[in-house]
Amino acid sequence: MNEIPLSHILFVSTGLFFIGMYGLFTRRNMITMLMAIELMLNSVNINFVAFNKYLYPEKLDGIFFTIFIITIAAAEAAVAIAIVIHLYRNHKSIDVEDAAEMKW
Amino acid sequence: MNSYSYTPLITLLPLAGFVILGIFGRKYFNKTGGLIGTGLLLISAILSLYTAYQYFFVNGKVGDTYQTITAVKFTWLTFSQHVSIDMGIILDPISVMMLVVVTFVSLMVHIFSLGYMHGEERFATYYAFLGLFTFSMLGLVVSSNLFQIYMFWELVGVSSYLLIGYYFDRPSAVAASKKAFIVTRFADLGFLIGILVLAFYGESLDFATIIKNLSTAQSTQFVAITSASFLGISAITWGLTLVFMGGAGKSAMFPLHIWLPDAMEGPTPVSALIHAATMVVAGVYLVARLFPLFTINESALEIVRIVGVTSAVFAAVIACTQTDIKRVLAYSTMSQIGYMMFALGVSSTGGENGLGYTASMFHLFTHAFFKSLLFLGAGAVIHMVHSNDMKDMGGLRKHMPITHISFLVACLAIAGVPFFSGFFSKEEILLAAYHSSKTVYVLALLTSGLTAFYMFRLYFNIFWNKDTEVHGHHGEGTFAMKLPLILLAVLAFGAGYIPFGQFVSTDGKALESEFHLAFSVAPVALGLLGIAIAAWMYMKPNEKPQRVANAMGGLYKAAYRKFYIDEIYLFITKKIIFNLIGRPAAWIDRNIIDGLMNGIAAVTAKTSALIKGMQSGKVQNYALYFFGGVAALLIMFIYFWRP
Repeated sequence: MNEIPLSHILFVSTGLFFIGMYGLFTRRNMITMLMAIELMLNSVNINFVAFNKYLYPEKLDGIFFTIFIITIAAAEAAVAIAIVIHLYRNHKSIDVEDAAEMKW
Repeated sequence: MNSYSYTPLITLLPLAGFVILGIFGRKYFNKTGGLIGTGLLLISAILSLYTAYQYFFVNGKVGDTYQTITAVKFTWLTFSQHVSIDMGIILDPISVMMLVVVTFVSLMVHIFSLGYMHGEERFATYYAFLGLFTFSMLGLVVSSNLFQIYMFWELVGVSSYLLIGYYFDRPSAVAASKKAFIVTRFADLGFLIGILVLAFYGESLDFATIIKNLSTAQSTQFVAITSASFLGISAITWGLTLVFMGGAGKSAMFPLHIWLPDAMEGPTPVSALIHAATMVVAGVYLVARLFPLFTINESALEIVRIVGVTSAVFAAVIACTQTDIKRVLAYSTMSQIGYMMFALGVSSTGGENGLGYTASMFHLFTHAFFKSLLFLGAGAVIHMVHSNDMKDMGGLRKHMPITHISFLVACLAIAGVPFFSGFFSKEEILLAAYHSSKTVYVLALLTSGLTAFYMFRLYFNIFWNKDTEVHGHHGEGTFAMKLPLILLAVLAFGAGYIPFGQFVSTDGKALESEFHLAFSVAPVALGLLGIAIAAWMYMKPNEKPQRVANAMGGLYKAAYRKFYIDEIYLFITKKIIFNLIGRPAAWIDRNIIDGLMNGIAAVTAKTSALIKGMQSGKVQNYALYFFGGVAALLIMFIYFWRP
């Protein structure tokens, strides 16, 4: 059985990344934006694992990095949710367009 | 190590008075401040007299020469191993003499002011300033090095400024104090440069070391300072001339004298202390202090001589025409200091040649007494008639007998009438001038005649002439005002009998001043003639003064307007310096310096207005910038970066 070439996996991760980026720029809902960021993080994770597997199969650095990113993403999600809740308390909305006071 | 370790007290007691009265005076001691200041100064004066006794009669002499004793010395500031500034007290004949003069005259003025300034609102402040002045002046005379003398020099300038401007609600007093400060400050700039020149070549700030280094012929320092030159004039001449410029400013020598007549805006006792007896002779003292250096440089000494004799004649002529009695006295002071200056200028060192030096110090000594007496007497008169103008006075001899007699004694002393103190010192000066330069002698003789004339013009105008209505409610003044007059009158008469040459001379050895009867004939005759003319013109009210003034025409008018020196200065400062330097400088400041700053600020403001839109407060915009930036970096690194 033929192995899936690296480029396929990279196409998937790139697609995932830009889907995430698109979501980040177009959605006004803070939670959706958060989800978009998670997508981008995961596309990076896929890259790490893929490069590790295909280029340096004898090492585990990429895998470890992925595990760290997952951990940090969890923490980041917790912090982000806290921010969202706070935003909601202050603005009665989680639309980022409403929270634009911090400007010149 | 020596028995003079108490001498710092002499200078520090007046300082203590200044601190106490300056800080707590107005609140707690406004009535008693005068007594506190006077008491502290009394102690100081007694200590000075004791020091003088110790020095002159007990242990100042080694063999037949008076030694320079360093009473106290400590390092005040250390800059590096080789450069440090000391503070110290040195005692030698002139500094001890000055200690006595300063503390004594200051004490008299303190006592006199108890009556004169009584009831002033800022009575304690006045005494605080007097204390500050006395401290600074004493510190000046005992200074052991050039830097210390410069510090105290400026301090006396400040206290003079404060005292001239004592009546600060009077615009003329404020203007006068500013004028005095600025003129002397201008002169002190020269002094500072002179100090630096001398200290640089002399490799020390200490008087004794500088003098030793620079006056030893063929020493490396001497060769360096005489061979270095600037604009064709050797460094030593520059150094000494610039130092003398400082002295001339403080001593109101022509052409830096313009502040002195205006300084009469201060309270009269202050004029007696600062602008007659002590501060204004600081310039003479400075030249005397550096005298060994002046004697090795004939050109610097010649400048001293010319400036001195010019001031003496010039001021005497002006004094003949003024009607404000304090201004007459101010010009008279200037004239007498000119006397002291040229006496130094005609002197040289060693034995008989040092006669001018001794005579100068002698005249300084006697002048301090009779001139402060004249000022205090004038103060008493002003206190009585509430006017400075001699037109408002006359016939006062009946109303104030003690002032009258003491004033007469002082006038006789300054006019050089035999048996009064001024006679002895003036004879010595004239003798020294006669031996050195006939021109100076003739001018000095002329001045002495003029002095007699204008002093007796003053005297007759105040105490004789017409009768004035005195609506006096306080009579001649309190006992506190009479006592100094009497004491000073005794000294104005008797100070001349001190064999001054025994104590003060260029080399510390006793100098026998012989007395030539034949020599005295000319000056005494001229003096008496001056008195006679004054009596003829001013004893009774008449038309003669007006007729003489008319006959003199332009000369009288020029002298009355003080030879337009003030106007010349105003022309130079207002028209020339202001237009040529002040205006361009202001233009550069406003347009270039300020323009640069304003330009920078304007550019910043414009730029920020242009780019502030980027900070929209929208999270997604920021994210877009971020990704845009990352993309730009990526493109740059991938396509354009060739390491």
